Amino acid sequence: MVPLHYYLVLSGILFACGVTGFLIKRNIITIFMSIELMLNGVNLSFVAFAAHWHALSGQVFVFFVMVVAAAEAAVGLAIIIAVYRTRETLNVDKVNLLKL
Amino acid sequence: MTSEANLHLSWIPLLALTGATVNGFFGKRFSRSLVAAVALAFCGAAFVWALVVVSRFSFLPEPVYSEPFAQWIQISGFHVEFAFFLDHLSLIMLLVVTGVGFLIHIYSVGYMWDDPSFYRFFTYLNLFMFFMLTLVLANNYLQMFIGWEGVGLASYLLIGFWFTKDSAASAGKKAFIVNRIGDFGFLIALFLIIQHFGSLNFTQVFDAAGRLPTETAGAGTMTAVGLLLMVGAAGKSAQIPLYVWLPDAMEGPTPVSALIHAATMVTAGVYMVSRSHVIFERAPMALTVVAIIGTVTALFAATIGITQTDIKKVLAYSTVSQLGYMFIACGVGAFSAGIFHLMTHAFFKGLLFLGAGSVIHAVGGEQDMRKMGGLRSKIPWTFWTVTVGTIAIAGIPPFAGFFSKDEILWKAYQSNWVYWFVGLVTAFITSFYMFRMWFLTFFGEYKGDADRHDSHGNDHGHGHGHGGVHESPMVMLVPLMILAILSIIGGWVGIGGRFEHFLAPVFQTGVEAAHEVEPHSSMEEILMLVSVAVAVCGLALAWLLYVKKPQLPKQIAEGMGSLYRAVFNKYYVDEFYARLLVKPLLLGSTNILWKGVDQGVIDAALDGSATGANEVSDSIRHMQSGNLRSYAGWIAAGAAAVIVYMIWVGTR
Repeated sequence: MVPLHYYLVLSGILFACGVTGFLIKRNIITIFMSIELMLNGVNLSFVAFAAHWHALSGQVFVFFVMVVAAAEAAVGLAIIIAVYRTRETLNVDKVNLLKL
Repeated sequence: MTSEANLHLSWIPLLALTGATVNGFFGKRFSRSLVAAVALAFCGAAFVWALVVVSRFSFLPEPVYSEPFAQWIQISGFHVEFAFFLDHLSLIMLLVVTGVGFLIHIYSVGYMWDDPSFYRFFTYLNLFMFFMLTLVLANNYLQMFIGWEGVGLASYLLIGFWFTKDSAASAGKKAFIVNRIGDFGFLIALFLIIQHFGSLNFTQVFDAAGRLPTETAGAGTMTAVGLLLMVGAAGKSAQIPLYVWLPDAMEGPTPVSALIHAATMVTAGVYMVSRSHVIFERAPMALTVVAIIGTVTALFAATIGITQTDIKKVLAYSTVSQLGYMFIACGVGAFSAGIFHLMTHAFFKGLLFLGAGSVIHAVGGEQDMRKMGGLRSKIPWTFWTVTVGTIAIAGIPPFAGFFSKDEILWKAYQSNWVYWFVGLVTAFITSFYMFRMWFLTFFGEYKGDADRHDSHGNDHGHGHGHGGVHESPMVMLVPLMILAILSIIGGWVGIGGRFEHFLAPVFQTGVEAAHEVEPHSSMEEILMLVSVAVAVCGLALAWLLYVKKPQLPKQIAEGMGSLYRAVFNKYYVDEFYARLLVKPLLLGSTNILWKGVDQGVIDAALDGSATGANEVSDSIRHMQSGNLRSYAGWIAAGAAAVIVYMIWVGTR
């Protein structure tokens, strides 16, 4: 049996990778993947806790997160395609028309 | 207390207030005649109603009448109401204020006719009447204090009536500030009264105070209250050391000097002390202080009066001196004599001031007596009325001043011969300087330049279109004549102690009874003769110096040297106050309060917080860059901080 804190440390590392990627990357698809990474890091800790406490609610939450993530991926990718079509770039720093 | 009959006492002050309101709000659009009509109508109505009240008052079963008007302050166990109160004392004040006030209103119509702010003048004058009547008719100390402050306000407004003139504006401020010092004493006295009697109502306070023993051995509460009330009275009634404002108050129009700074307002202190006689009688020490202040002021102001050359300044110092007489009377416990002198003084000093105004009017605004002279034949009516006033104030029988002054001197003699002696010397000086004024103004050669048409009004700003010395119009002369008649016969009510008897219901207490001396002792007659002789001596000396040998005064002045200069400069009291009080105050206010506290602390704190907020927000502003990833960074950093904190809490 793998101890709980192993999962949690892995989950933390995944989440930190996601945050770092979100902060430093400019490519919008990479940022999107970083967000997925953070979501999955959280999912991992949910599942770990659910297994540890023998509570199903954690796993139910994970399903919800996956559903939302799937929906988000669908909408997000559609937006990315739309952005690429109009701006011909995926660099977020250049998508700044709304900025003052 | 309250009887069946309703005298509608409240109408009297309210009528004056209505006049002030109407003229104040609409007077600017009114014609001069309408303004004058409104002012005179309301003031006259107040006078008429006062007469009606007097006629009804004598039929009341009790000599005290009180009329509630409105509730004011109600705190558990302590309440003050607006209410009007009438007894024999306030009756006399009521008649003096409304009567003399009405006459001076009439006079002012003529005197102020050419002034551009005609309506403003009458608004203030009516406002003054309202506050003075509130003061006189109050049934408690607090309402009296309202009137007290109100007349101070009206006085300020009227002294500074020609506010474009610097000297007038600062004279107004001086009067107001000096009065504040006195009011401070008055207020503390009120607090003491509240603390000890739990009420400010005259009847209740005096009932309670009447049961207290006389504080013969040392000072107690009553002495403290008495002394503090005297501080207030000294401010309002221009006694040493707070008299300095009154001579400067002559910057105001002459009718104002007559009404406020001679006849009515300045006597408020005497009225207040007399009204509080129950308290004073239980504080012999306070009474002694009152008498001493009165004595010193009477002599001090009279000596200054000798050297003044401004006709109104002479009268101003004479007023201070005469008020000193009234305080002597109060100080020796002869309150009715003080009120008697108050009344006659209102007649003859009002007359003298109005006469002086008429003279000033005649010579086109000149106030310096050295530039007058020989006016006797040119303005005969003014001459004769002023003559009556002069004789009255000098104390020559059968004119009014003789009776009241003699009454005071007699009472003073019974108390302590020193008061009497100083009073007598003062009477001599009074007679001297008044006749000096009389001779300088009306006799000899005319030395002025009013016949040249370019004269400029020193007092009233209307440079006369009609040059030359001229008699005043009828509207000014009629009040003069009425006051002259009153100055002659006004004293007769005191013959045989009738006036004292009239006021007996008010002042009938221990001290009065102690002075129960045979009214017609030979001593009184001797003293009477002495004071008449002294008055005649003053007349003779003035005649000698200013008619017979007009060069003599100059020689005497030179002979006296520094003494003369000291008196001429009013003993340098103003300079002394400036050095001792005003300058340190000014320095302290400038350096500590203004530059130190106001600018250094308050302004600095406010400015600092404003600049600080500005700077902090300027730096924080950069956080909101619009860069999404930096926001995410802040969120992550914040989340990290929260997690660290939670771990720290959890592992503690």
